[in-house]
Amino acid sequence: MVNPEIQGRVYPSTAPYLVGREKVREFARAVFSASPLHHDAEAARAAGFADVVAPPTFAVVVQEATLAQLLADDDAGVDFSRVVHGDQRFTYTRPIVAGDELTATLTITAVKQLGGHSMVTASSSVVDALGEHVVTAASTLVVRAAEEETA
Amino acid sequence: MSTPDFASLTTGDIVAEREFELTRDRLVRYAGASGDFNPIHYRDDIAASVGLPGVLAHGMLTMGIAASVATDWLGVAGSVRDVQSRFTRPVPVDAVDGARLTVTATVGAVDTDARTARIDLKVTFDGATVLGKAQLVAAFA
Repeated sequence: MVNPEIQGRVYPSTAPYLVGREKVREFARAVFSASPLHHDAEAARAAGFADVVAPPTFAVVVQEATLAQLLADDDAGVDFSRVVHGDQRFTYTRPIVAGDELTATLTITAVKQLGGHSMVTASSSVVDALGEHVVTAASTLVVRAAEEETA
Repeated sequence: MSTPDFASLTTGDIVAEREFELTRDRLVRYAGASGDFNPIHYRDDIAASVGLPGVLAHGMLTMGIAASVATDWLGVAGSVRDVQSRFTRPVPVDAVDGARLTVTATVGAVDTDARTARIDLKVTFDGATVLGKAQLVAAFA
């Protein structure tokens, strides 16, 4: 069972993640996007961006480092082999572009128990090198009960 | 790039529809691009050992594909404020036959004061919807 006392816990900010142009292109290809904004720096600049624009779900790459903190926290009691991704949301102040140096800070906003299962809501706030908000990535992780807990 | 015109958006209009063939190599490509190397997305033996119907597409890949349909339509007309989804049904990807997804993007709501539009994203696999409340909010210039 997930420790209910982690509700409200704030984890240390992650090391800065430098968004690379080729990484943006690779991610865009992986999600089948051919938009020139993701692939062509000149097209992105013509549209007013500093460099290629990341697809909106790219923020998961930065968020992942924060979820790793949660999974590594023995006190939290989140068993990775029992985790199911329930939902996901990204809320942007501005798009991510290549060249951004992003830092993420995880807050556990809710822990609920439901029939032996635990629902953990994790919110990762991502800021740029100036400390200004770029995106918040929020996930609900469903941690299925171990067999002995459902009995 | 063709760009949608905000003034012409009408709730209920289908703005884009695309089909996708997911294959195992697409899952491996997404694993590398995203950093999600959970083996249930490329190893049949491990997927079976945890009781899954087969190797599954990453939920975030399905969500990312759905978002791409909306953002490829949006182009330079605006930027994404918000994108969200629930993961309601798994998408097994057969080693030989793959999996075919259909994504339909529909105008869900228009806020003329804020110049934003909500695009509802319906993703179907094998006759059933696989994402819940999948939607993207775009702010138009």
